[in-house]
Amino acid sequence: MSAPLATQPRPGAELWQRLRTGEMSALPIAGALVLIWIVFQALNGSFLSSDNLVNLTQQSAATGVIALGVVLTLHLGQIDLSVGAVSGLAAAIVAVGSVRIGWPLTLAVVAALAAGVLIGLLYGAVHTRLGVPSFVFTLAGLLVVGGLQLRVLGSTGSVNLPFQSWLVRFCQTSFLPSALSWLVVAGVVAVFAGARLRDRARRLHAELSAPSLASVLVRVGVLAAILAAAVAYLGTNRGVGSVFALFVGLVALTDLALRRTRWGRFVRAVGGDAEAARRAGVPVRRVLVSVFAACSTLAALGGVLAVGRLAAANQASGAVDVTLTAVAAAVIGGTSMYGGRGSAWSALLGILIIQSISTGLTLLNMDQSVRYVVTGLVLAIAVVIDALQRRAREQ
Amino acid sequence: MSTPPARTPVLSLRGVSRSFGAARALHGIDLDIHAHEVVAVVGDTGAGKSTLVGVLSGALQPDEGQVLVDDAPVTLTDPAAARALGIAAVFQDLALCANLDVVENLFLGQEPVRGGLLDEVAMEKEAWKLLGQLAARVPSVRIPVAGLSGGQRRAVAIARSLLGEPRVILLDEPTASLGLTQIAEFLTLVERLRARGHAVLITSHSLSDLQAVADRIVVLRLGRTNGEFDADRVTYEDLLAAMTGVAR
Repeated sequence: MSAPLATQPRPGAELWQRLRTGEMSALPIAGALVLIWIVFQALNGSFLSSDNLVNLTQQSAATGVIALGVVLTLHLGQIDLSVGAVSGLAAAIVAVGSVRIGWPLTLAVVAALAAGVLIGLLYGAVHTRLGVPSFVFTLAGLLVVGGLQLRVLGSTGSVNLPFQSWLVRFCQTSFLPSALSWLVVAGVVAVFAGARLRDRARRLHAELSAPSLASVLVRVGVLAAILAAAVAYLGTNRGVGSVFALFVGLVALTDLALRRTRWGRFVRAVGGDAEAARRAGVPVRRVLVSVFAACSTLAALGGVLAVGRLAAANQASGAVDVTLTAVAAAVIGGTSMYGGRGSAWSALLGILIIQSISTGLTLLNMDQSVRYVVTGLVLAIAVVIDALQRRAREQ
Repeated sequence: MSTPPARTPVLSLRGVSRSFGAARALHGIDLDIHAHEVVAVVGDTGAGKSTLVGVLSGALQPDEGQVLVDDAPVTLTDPAAARALGIAAVFQDLALCANLDVVENLFLGQEPVRGGLLDEVAMEKEAWKLLGQLAARVPSVRIPVAGLSGGQRRAVAIARSLLGEPRVILLDEPTASLGLTQIAEFLTLVERLRARGHAVLITSHSLSDLQAVADRIVVLRLGRTNGEFDADRVTYEDLLAAMTGVAR
């Protein structure tokens, strides 16, 4: 009848319960990343060198942006298997448009992103109007878009971008100036602290339970310490890459949208129970279409960043490998395959874990085969944890 | 309770029919609901009660007939349209998102926004107030609904229907999973809703639960209206006969 209020769980038991049901997703995964770093550092002393970490962050950005889109579709309990192909098509449009046809580079980039928007809208329409499962029609999309990519590239199959183009410079050699990095860190910490303190004041004013001042300050301190350590350490080498800063910025924005906007709440509601969301007045179709469009657009942006990083687009751009890495990153980062649960930060954590494994094994002179096996095992562990957490929640 | 005087009904159905494939769930239904009135719709399983609530709440569209609000025909394309006209529904299956917490469920689809972002503080404050009005005991408004008991979930669903002060509140089988004390609490709440001027429609397959609180009792049988009774004067035997179709 009445709620069992009497039994206060012990702090340890409560922590275990939260871990078991996946209520705290980011912390254990960040812990896993640190563990992976410690292991590789023990095996090869240059793994945690600032030079290697700068490379690692730079290599993560393009596929990380694609994984961010996958995180959104997973939130709906859907999947887009064509993200790699869409990124490849976007890369081809940028290269062919700007080099062969002679468009201004900016126009070529806009055209590539527009192609992403269009593909996503099409997926959304097919899914909402015809009710076809997304993993099947995005598989069809993978083939169609892959074919379009080959057609755009033409017979030679490979187009190089000039090294002095702004896109290549942005993705390869552009790093935030030290002063700007520190300004960004200070700004982010100030905004975070201000928002937390104001939220606390409003909650106290409304006579709601509020976190203690000490816990707010600890959180602000931890954030400041992590950001400062990252910027300081990367700063001993080339610094924070512009393209990585763009990726982290996109993750932070997506996180804000998912947690603190109506759209984000609708996305989680539709992922949890689409029929219940519909009856609560959520525009389910529009939410679905917007997420497929956002996913394909982010995939296209990832392709644009990849063509800048390689200074070339070819038939291997956005191969199946890219799709698998992006999906694996989203799941390893802690976004549930069952919909309605996850975080934008799982794109960042997931891609860093995959990229760390890849870089670490390369430093140990292991070949591709070992990389596939290890990444596959990590993905398997992540999926098993996801399934176990879901079981624990349903009990 | 006093019989409602002759006045414009808030919500009406005129000759409404609805089929699912070959199965006819509703057939030529006429119904009026007034402000300050509790209408109980009773009927056996499969009589069409949930379909009736579906049509009134905009979740289902009628194949024939009209829905009227203040005597003016309206088309309820979806629940949001019904909401905008002041019609709120609590479905039998509650229609809560188990992965969202209590506050998120209460305000789903009608979240207050402050500076472009969700106003969590205002929502949480209002949530405690609403749950307090229902005397609902919930351990926290920030735990996912998946962690609540059946009775607690029902309280959350009913609290949600009260948001935005709707004129009509539709409750589909609200007493189905409640214990005796909770039913008594629920009936007190319904009386409070009527006193506040809401029009309330409650469906049930149980005769005894609602007779104490209802002003009128409408009996559905096999998708048709099979009698309409003044709750103060009707006998249990009359209702049972109308529900089962057995001649007295």
